[in-house]
Amino acid sequence: MNASHDYQRVYVWEQPVRWFHWINAACIIALGATGYLIAHPPGLLSGAEAGDSYWFGTIRFVHFATAYVFMCNFLFRLYWASVGNKYTHWRNFFPLTKPQIRQIFAVLRVDIFQSSNKAVHTLGHNSMAYFTYMGTGVLTMFQVFSGFALYASMSHSWFPQMFAWMVPLFGSEQNLRVFHYGALWLFIVFTLIHVYLVFYHDYVEGHGVLSSMVGGWKFMEKEEIEADQAIGLSGFSHHKPAAHPAAPPPKAGTKPVVP
Amino acid sequence: MPTEIETLPVQRKEETIYEHLQARGVSRREFLSFCAWMGACIGLESSGVAQMVKALETKKRIPVIWLHFQECTCCSESFIRSSHPIVADILLDKISLDYTETLMAASGHQAEKSLQDTIAKYKGEYLLCIEGSVPLAEDGVYCCIGGKTAKHIAEECAEHAKAIIAWGNCACSGCVQAAKPNPTDAKPIHKILAGKPIINVQGCPPIAEVMAGVLVHLLTFDAIPQLDNLGRPKAFYSRRVHDTCYRRPNYDAGLFVESFDDENARKGYCLYKMGCRGPSTYNSCGTIRWNGGVSFPIQSGHGCIGCSEANFWDNGPFYQRLPNLPGFPIEGTADKVGTIAAAAAVGGAAVHAVMTNFRKREGIGEQAGENAEQAEKHNGSSDHKS
Repeated sequence: MNASHDYQRVYVWEQPVRWFHWINAACIIALGATGYLIAHPPGLLSGAEAGDSYWFGTIRFVHFATAYVFMCNFLFRLYWASVGNKYTHWRNFFPLTKPQIRQIFAVLRVDIFQSSNKAVHTLGHNSMAYFTYMGTGVLTMFQVFSGFALYASMSHSWFPQMFAWMVPLFGSEQNLRVFHYGALWLFIVFTLIHVYLVFYHDYVEGHGVLSSMVGGWKFMEKEEIEADQAIGLSGFSHHKPAAHPAAPPPKAGTKPVVP
Repeated sequence: MPTEIETLPVQRKEETIYEHLQARGVSRREFLSFCAWMGACIGLESSGVAQMVKALETKKRIPVIWLHFQECTCCSESFIRSSHPIVADILLDKISLDYTETLMAASGHQAEKSLQDTIAKYKGEYLLCIEGSVPLAEDGVYCCIGGKTAKHIAEECAEHAKAIIAWGNCACSGCVQAAKPNPTDAKPIHKILAGKPIINVQGCPPIAEVMAGVLVHLLTFDAIPQLDNLGRPKAFYSRRVHDTCYRRPNYDAGLFVESFDDENARKGYCLYKMGCRGPSTYNSCGTIRWNGGVSFPIQSGHGCIGCSEANFWDNGPFYQRLPNLPGFPIEGTADKVGTIAAAAAVGGAAVHAVMTNFRKREGIGEQAGENAEQAEKHNGSSDHKS
């Protein structure tokens, strides 16, 4: 039986996607740490003269500067969602087709509640993961919008002023600040679960998920790849369907091709 | 005694503001110094000061109706305690106050008649100043004057008003009576009246010089001053208290008061950690200050409570950096909720990891190679089941 394991090495995450991931991770750590310090500055230097130090100002500077990197990186990922390979296509992130929705429930059964042992093998993310990343995308946009809205009053640049409308929408800056800060905890919770699940998938499935975000390669058995491609998940093609026979056009009511 | 009557300023409509001031014994020098000071207050360039001088010399006084609804009259009190003598006069003398419950001489039917007369006589010319919010619950019975509800009076007076000034937090955003649960359904003026320019002069109360500055701006330029997105004049509300605070260097240096009785408080460090709302409050407290520039809350050692911002009563507690989370029980801060969520995530992951080693045994590690056949069998069987 062992001999029949026909593993294939598939290039899933292109280099720009990997760069995005790690820049994004670094930004979240930097923004989270500085953001937490801005909310809860430690009393480090009591006794010093105000003119002698500027550490809190520096922390805020790092927060604001990183925010620009965070946003540009995210904008790049949005762009890549329309020019990158099929695993990065924007349509994956919206569970609008039946097989996607079915896979979300399958992932919940198999991986989260573990009431079933029928593994879900996907080359890209699974539908549940894509859906979650859409959520983090929305969260990112909210942080960018609310952050720049809060920053607008301290900046003479035209750019943050574009987001100033967020303040009246939330009533006051104080209200918006609570939501901006509360979202930090959502990032913390997301990161904890995200890191755990990557380890979990790598451990249980052996597709090399953990290293795939470094080298871009995943390892799957041929049959599993074929099954994944047939369902059409993680396979929204940028090209004509002929080039990727597995990707059916997402038409309402169309039955997915299941072997 | 007809000659005596003639000397009284009865011809109010014909008299310009400067003429009126002259009649009150204000010298040219005093008048010019007032214009220069006021011009600086509202941020005019030097040519703007000349424009103001000219306007006050040539323009007639504007009739004003000043209404009081759900409020404590602290806005009026603030105004009449203004530091500059001419500022105090501007309300009582220079602009003609035709109706205001607090300060007018008339009362009862006489007063109500005066209101109606002013509206009829100065259609489209008078300035409507409103202090206080308007309750809408129970058809507005919680605030009635002369048998009419506040809403009725506001609408009646606003119809022919040239412009509307909402004084203070009550009129601009409802202040304490509109705080949760808002039993009288108190509403700010901009939610009641539409179609007329409304200037929100925020604060609880607003700074007297700010109030005077807005009036002088209206007199000088005959136009609504530039407003921010919450309807507040930008000249006074475009900068945060935080940005104009003299304790700001302590903030940037990370020097904070940790409690009101500590050494840091005595040294005058930043009150950020004591819940100061300066970083999210737009007002001129840091520059114009209060009582003739004597002090302002932060200078007195107490954080800003954000009284020129909407819903500041609901953004409490005042002595906490971030307010409690809406929708959570009391003490439900973002940190407590977040810590619980993060702990649940870690706990959930730990339980899940243990469970994984039991439930997914066949597929894991060496088991996968050694017992592959078994695993296939297992997977196969569960495949068929589901």
